[in-house]
Amino acid sequence: MAANKKLNPVDVLSEIEAKFEMLQILNEKGEIVNKDMDPKLSDDELVELMTRMVWTRVLDERSTALNRQGRLGFYAPTAGQEASQIASHYALSEGDYVLPGYRDVPQLIWHGLPLTKAFLFSRGHYKGNQFPEGVNALSPQIIIGAQYVQNAGVALGLKKRGKENVAITYTGDGGTSQGDFYEGINFAGAYNAPAIFVIQNNNYAISTPRELQSKAATLAQKAVAAGIPGVLVDGMDPLAVYQVTKEARDRAVAGEGPTLIEALCYRFGPHTMAGDDPTRYRTSDEDSDWEKKDPIVRFRTYLEGKKLWSKEKEDEVIEQAKEDVKAAIKEADATEKQSVTELMDLMYDVKPSNLEEQYEYYKGKESK
Amino acid sequence: MAQMTMIQAITNAMATELKNDENVLVFGEDIGVNGGVFRATEGLQEEFGVDRVFDTPLAESGLVSLGLGLTLEDYRPVIEIQFFGFLFEAMDGIAGQIARHRVRSGASKQTPIVIRAPFGGGVNTPELHADSLEGLMAQTPGLRVVIPSNPIDAKGLLISAIRSNDPVIFLEHMKLYRSFREDVPEEDYEVEIGKASIKQEGTDITLIAYGAMVQEAMKAAEELAKEDVSAEVIDLRTVSPVDYDTLIDSVKKTNRAVVIQEAQRQAGVAANVVSELSERAILHLEAPIKRVTAPDTVYPFTQAESVWLPNKDDIIERAKEVLDF
Repeated sequence: MAANKKLNPVDVLSEIEAKFEMLQILNEKGEIVNKDMDPKLSDDELVELMTRMVWTRVLDERSTALNRQGRLGFYAPTAGQEASQIASHYALSEGDYVLPGYRDVPQLIWHGLPLTKAFLFSRGHYKGNQFPEGVNALSPQIIIGAQYVQNAGVALGLKKRGKENVAITYTGDGGTSQGDFYEGINFAGAYNAPAIFVIQNNNYAISTPRELQSKAATLAQKAVAAGIPGVLVDGMDPLAVYQVTKEARDRAVAGEGPTLIEALCYRFGPHTMAGDDPTRYRTSDEDSDWEKKDPIVRFRTYLEGKKLWSKEKEDEVIEQAKEDVKAAIKEADATEKQSVTELMDLMYDVKPSNLEEQYEYYKGKESK
Repeated sequence: MAQMTMIQAITNAMATELKNDENVLVFGEDIGVNGGVFRATEGLQEEFGVDRVFDTPLAESGLVSLGLGLTLEDYRPVIEIQFFGFLFEAMDGIAGQIARHRVRSGASKQTPIVIRAPFGGGVNTPELHADSLEGLMAQTPGLRVVIPSNPIDAKGLLISAIRSNDPVIFLEHMKLYRSFREDVPEEDYEVEIGKASIKQEGTDITLIAYGAMVQEAMKAAEELAKEDVSAEVIDLRTVSPVDYDTLIDSVKKTNRAVVIQEAQRQAGVAANVVSELSERAILHLEAPIKRVTAPDTVYPFTQAESVWLPNKDDIIERAKEVLDF
């Protein structure tokens, strides 16, 4: 055994950080630049992934407009994050769990949540959080990072039940500063639980730039301290996001434990529709640099090159999405508003005496 | 004097103390370039520099405990929690650490920390943004809990809070941020923490409120006046400790009281006020003291908030029960 050479901790850190290179498969021009990693999806699968991404972009445009008209409530725009959201979700299988943050409504929809319910969630209606049978998910988490620890618990439950499924959760770059983030990846690692942790690093936590969150060169390297694999991926590249998520899933169901994925991406819109003004903290140069990396643009180029996609096909998807939104909003409009007494009914399994005593008063107040 | 909204008065108070005391630091999430999500810190980083007014990584527990650490080098942190519904993330830092720091050190250390946060309902926020959690803070020994209802008080109370060597939780009702303006003195001044304010004198019944409920109580008093009921309206301004002297003096005169809070009925500030008044002033009371509160549920998703939140009609109804007892 060689004598211990003197380790310089600064060098150790540099070596580790240098190893976290961003994986890209499909570049901005729509060219495959990493053939070995190409997930080799079938033509049908490629078209389905593109369809979902385009549909989700239309949903974002319509949701933003509906919010401005006062027809939706809380809404966190998703444009720009279609690859990190949809392609990671596309790597899942039936029975897997999704624990989303509040921007991650699209994953829930593609996980089986009816669009009407997504709109009801936005309007603050509890029915939006009552999921149909088989939609293994929690509702979008408001507290940053809280879902990360819960995800370790869901994954541990799957492991204990012996199921060949995983639990995936999402947070942003800001979320990695929360204690819950570290607790989540550490717990999942300690139990070798089948969990996938996605960081959608869109460079800003509301206005706070990524470099203010952490001195770490990458967020993926935070996996090292938890003793789990960490991957840095081009979050604007649907094929790369799909591939790393698929590999993480394969490892998890093979009993090899959790993975942390950092997807580098950008939100084209504001943080939420509640008064955020990105021009206060981002430059238009930065916006246009990232627009060139648009996941839909590069995927379209790639698929058109393979004769799998066309303007006609895209228009069809756009029209379908608009129709779906129209129908879902109509259904949401027809849903009776929730009441305080309903909320009282929902609070406990067995209603306590204080709520029993208060019930009639609010029945009366509601009928005024 | 300058016409200011409550949020402008709050910004003005921070600017005043940043100017007066070089040890004052202002920090939190998105409070720098962005000026805070409500713009409470608008312009402060530009004026006082990034060393004194700065953004933190996103972690509520982190930022309050960072504050505790900074006091050891004699800094006076003014910390913004973006929404008070995120308090639970910071609960140990505040209740387990900051509130106990002085006594734990045998009073050899001070805790000159202010934690500011927006809270309160009626503005269509998502879950965990609107909750009235002052009761949890008021039950924590070691803290003072201040809730202003108007621009003049907000400025004076915040200046007092920043100058206090004890920790102060300073809660700003979102609905009051821009609901009205008033003339606020431009010079620095303090409003004493722990002192209630009599908003309107009366002889028949005392309406005790704080935060956004002060406006509802004033509206109720106005309507009661049309029925020849003279209501005294008291704004607690500080919910821990409560100014019982002012309340007892009022009840001695009116012999009747209603206590109003936006928070749920269970436990809480109003329950405490009722029990103290019962103990200390029962012989002056002609009727049981009643409370107007929200029901014992979580803050409702936005659609039901108008029914959930207490309003002037709830206050009038309770006041009449007390008057007719």
